[in-house]
Amino acid sequence: MSAELRELYQSVILDHNRRPRNFGEPAGANRSAEGVNPLCGDQLTVYLTIEGDEVAEAGFEGSGCAISVASASLMTEGIKGQKIDTVERLFDGFHGMVTTNPRTEIPDKQLGKLSVFGGVREFPMRVKCATLAWHAMRKALLDAGGTATTE
Amino acid sequence: MSAAGNTALRNAVRPSQGETNFDARRARDDFPILGTDANGNRVVFLDSAASAQKPQCVIDAISRCYSQCYANIHRGVYELSARATAQFEEVRRTVQQFIGAADPREIVFVRNTTEAINLVAASYGRKNLGPGDEVLITEMEHHSNIVPWQMLCEERGAELRVAPIDDRGELLLEEFEKLLSPRTRIVAFAHISNALGSVNPVSEITRLAHAAGAVVVVDGAQAVPHQPVDVVDLDCDFYAFSAHKAYGPSGVGVLYGKASLLENMPPYQGGGGMIRQVRFEGTTYEDIPHRFEAGTPDIAGICGFGVALDYLSELGLDSIASYERELLDYAHGALERVPGLRMIGTAHEKVSVLSFVLEGVHAHDVGTCLDNERVAVRTGHHCAQPVMDHFGVPATVRASVALYNTPEDIDALVRALVATGELFG
Repeated sequence: MSAELRELYQSVILDHNRRPRNFGEPAGANRSAEGVNPLCGDQLTVYLTIEGDEVAEAGFEGSGCAISVASASLMTEGIKGQKIDTVERLFDGFHGMVTTNPRTEIPDKQLGKLSVFGGVREFPMRVKCATLAWHAMRKALLDAGGTATTE
Repeated sequence: MSAAGNTALRNAVRPSQGETNFDARRARDDFPILGTDANGNRVVFLDSAASAQKPQCVIDAISRCYSQCYANIHRGVYELSARATAQFEEVRRTVQQFIGAADPREIVFVRNTTEAINLVAASYGRKNLGPGDEVLITEMEHHSNIVPWQMLCEERGAELRVAPIDDRGELLLEEFEKLLSPRTRIVAFAHISNALGSVNPVSEITRLAHAAGAVVVVDGAQAVPHQPVDVVDLDCDFYAFSAHKAYGPSGVGVLYGKASLLENMPPYQGGGGMIRQVRFEGTTYEDIPHRFEAGTPDIAGICGFGVALDYLSELGLDSIASYERELLDYAHGALERVPGLRMIGTAHEKVSVLSFVLEGVHAHDVGTCLDNERVAVRTGHHCAQPVMDHFGVPATVRASVALYNTPEDIDALVRALVATGELFG
């Protein structure tokens, strides 16, 4: 097994896949959006409770591969209790991280725990898995409703 | 490699050259892409059900066509065009003989199986289907044998009915028979399921469908590369398949149709090559098969396809079929011993396809891990979402064997699966 593969499936990711955090619709959620990857059938719904300019609660439901489930799980942990503009910045930082050249440094130092997804950069076929929940979350944030798709 | 993987390999019976007269290792050398990769590793290609690799003779034939015998066909009076046309029409006869059709006019060149089925739906279907009529398909169909019929039924006010499969992935013939009615106009089904490998009893289904007065459309995409097909024996009315799964180039497909039916069907697409005379007052159409071949086809591709069929004939479909059956049995035995592996599709009659899930690991993660071990398989719903729904899985891993696969490929698959299970365990 290659170093790249171990980097992709870090123990944090495997753990969040096995025991997803914030799984389910939080009571009082006032925003939601679905994320669908039509190519592989991954399907997630992200729920948010927006209070003023803050994401007070976040949760998700659905099914998908380890990368998409762990990404949704870690995302909900990362955005809970954050200001909306911070969440927007995290979105940009996360998206930037998984799509940059693997040989460069992870650009955003603010990502914290989310930087475990840096390994995805080596696997271009899996970028959509890692970003699925994030696209759905942003759709919910914009209150656009409906379905975010990776295609 | 783990102990589990070792046991799997020890307990399985390896197909050996002594049991069949087919030498896959030698055949493998005919396929340049299956050598070693840039890092000197053996290429383990187990995704031929999606598209097969091409032997050197096919690659050469395409190149030779462009460098020695290329001009548009059925158009020029000059010698080169005449030669290109003769070469093209010769492939039509090769296809005719390959599938046992009675007449080369029954062979229509299209782009792929999907286009062949759409042709039947658009031409035969639109002409012959009315409100209240029925199209009967099966639960195991590829999307390309579902969606064209849905579109047709919606347009014509007809009804699409679906014959169920059982948990082995076999068609429930009794249920199928019950769904036939005097309103059934078209029965469409796969010869071999792309997602499960199940082989349907084509002759029997055709007999039942004909007794009910329906025409029979067979999706033969997964059958033609793996076993001898004789359309007259099968007695089906239409038979669709693709060159690219049969070691030929992509972009070429075949629709076989009984001449008596094709002759009474309106054109599919309008354009050059399919007309007799064009006036603004009206146009008359060419005879079959040219009536269904509007526009310049993939001339060089069809040339390469002819060589692919010659290659298969030379190796012998019977030999290929018995070798692949042994290899599939070996693979079943080996995969059964992979911890947590559940086979999806265990039909008694099964060809080429090994669809499975690994407990606790999503198919896409399996696919990435296998790719990391340089084992190429398909993961996903395989364009057969109703099959995934039947088995209650979002996706499966699908390994499919072809004439160039050997027990070493299966051993590599098993080793990689055991390692994947351990990573996620």
